Amino acid sequence: MRIELLHFASFREAAGRDRESREIADGTRVRELWSSLSREVPLFARFPSPPPAAVNREYVPPETVLRDGDEVAFLPPVAGG
Amino acid sequence: MSGMTPSKREPLSLRERGRGEGGGGAVPFLTDAPLDLPALLSEARSGDGALCLFVGVVRDHNEGRATVAIQYEAYGPMAESEMGRIADALRREFPETRVRMRHRVGRLSVGEPSVAIAAVAPHRAEAFAACRAAIDRVKATVPIWKKEFHPDGSSDWVDPTKHSEVEGRL
Repeated sequence: MRIELLHFASFREAAGRDRESREIADGTRVRELWSSLSREVPLFARFPSPPPAAVNREYVPPETVLRDGDEVAFLPPVAGG
Repeated sequence: MSGMTPSKREPLSLRERGRGEGGGGAVPFLTDAPLDLPALLSEARSGDGALCLFVGVVRDHNEGRATVAIQYEAYGPMAESEMGRIADALRREFPETRVRMRHRVGRLSVGEPSVAIAAVAPHRAEAFAACRAAIDRVKATVPIWKKEFHPDGSSDWVDPTKHSEVEGRL
């Protein structure tokens, strides 16, 4: 199945792109997606546990199971204001 | 796979795109135009006795380093829906208070307003309390990031958590 992965701010710069469409295995959890990203993007490995994640624009826990067509984003520490 | 299936998540196709509440009305929370503070000041109605306006402005220094500008970036649709959630909670907690919230995105110079919160209520206690609660929640959960630019041309992403477990800038 495919998900749409978005990158923002420091994570966007580390990944070198702001979005990507990604093929993942059925049943993949948010935490597992982060683990595989950490192997590709060295700076992500500095976060041993997943940073806050959003699926379809809502915060979700790391054990959340992803579904086909989900919009997923891992969020660097927010700093509005 | 035991019982962790997300239950209430809706696919985006079923979701209204960006509720765009900004705390009320049809005006979005995020804007790339200068914040319209006079519009917020005109929110008071005849039954209101207090309008508390908080305005965050770009400071010329942070953590010992000079700052010349800040670039604000947002996950726009999620920021709007997160703001809607904050506004809903504030309406429940402060039923007599109306809260309006606006946040800039893009590059701002020192002294420019970056965020504005107006809380309007019959009495000042609720207005102050709702205004304080609103800005604290905006800073805690709304997906907005800022990059500070220094006089020497270097820049840093601001990380409010960096004094805890995650050190340095990523």
